[in-house]
Amino acid sequence: MGVAPRISRVPDGVRLDLPDDERDVLRQVAGELRALLEEAPDEPGLRRLFPRAHEEDSLEEQYRELTRDQLTSGRDRALGTIQETAGDTLLSLEEADAWLRGLNDARLVLGTRLDVTEDFDWEAVDVTHPQAQELALYAYLSWLQEQLVEAIAS
Amino acid sequence: MSTLAPAEAELEVEEPADDAHDERPWVVIVWNDPVNLMSYVTLVFQKLFGYTREHATRLMLQVHNEGKSVVSTGTREKAELDVARLHAYGLWATMQRD
Repeated sequence: MGVAPRISRVPDGVRLDLPDDERDVLRQVAGELRALLEEAPDEPGLRRLFPRAHEEDSLEEQYRELTRDQLTSGRDRALGTIQETAGDTLLSLEEADAWLRGLNDARLVLGTRLDVTEDFDWEAVDVTHPQAQELALYAYLSWLQEQLVEAIAS
Repeated sequence: MSTLAPAEAELEVEEPADDAHDERPWVVIVWNDPVNLMSYVTLVFQKLFGYTREHATRLMLQVHNEGKSVVSTGTREKAELDVARLHAYGLWATMQRD
């Protein structure tokens, strides 16, 4: 995409240069995933967010019992942070970390639904594809995520 | 051991084949997946384990090229904690005995 980057590093955090319609999209994506996690936590589309730790069932059950609630509430908080700060121009590093996780969760759920492959080409989404809209959203979130990673790592 | 009474034999069988005396460490494995960005995986390894950028990049490339990489080892408790932290960041991590 030959457009201006949206995310850059500043001394005390991360700067967001997002048009309003993109801020709306992010708010909506975070809100929808948050609702799904609360209302349908066992939905197959969310399975990728909670992989198995153990091959053996009894160990896996113990792992789940120990971690599932915390993993779910951590995701809820991160997505909540995106909703709350989607209108901001400056994110603290802590907020940026929540964005990192929240955006990635949205990509995991979408990517699984779309069955994307490793060589998915963000810049070549076919507009006639029946899932063009979701593919475009996935491409957009990936583009944003890449910038966020770069900003945080620099 | 043909002299064992049946009850004792049963006890023998019921004792789990595990665990308490198995001192092999657990290894935490991260698997390749089509969604997580290479740059993101590297950043997560640095963040969670304090690895240098070079080391984190090497592990990420191993995941990418060979399909998986061992990213940490330790007791079951430590490995479960590491797996949970990786799961919180959306990485596909599992654990097993070395």
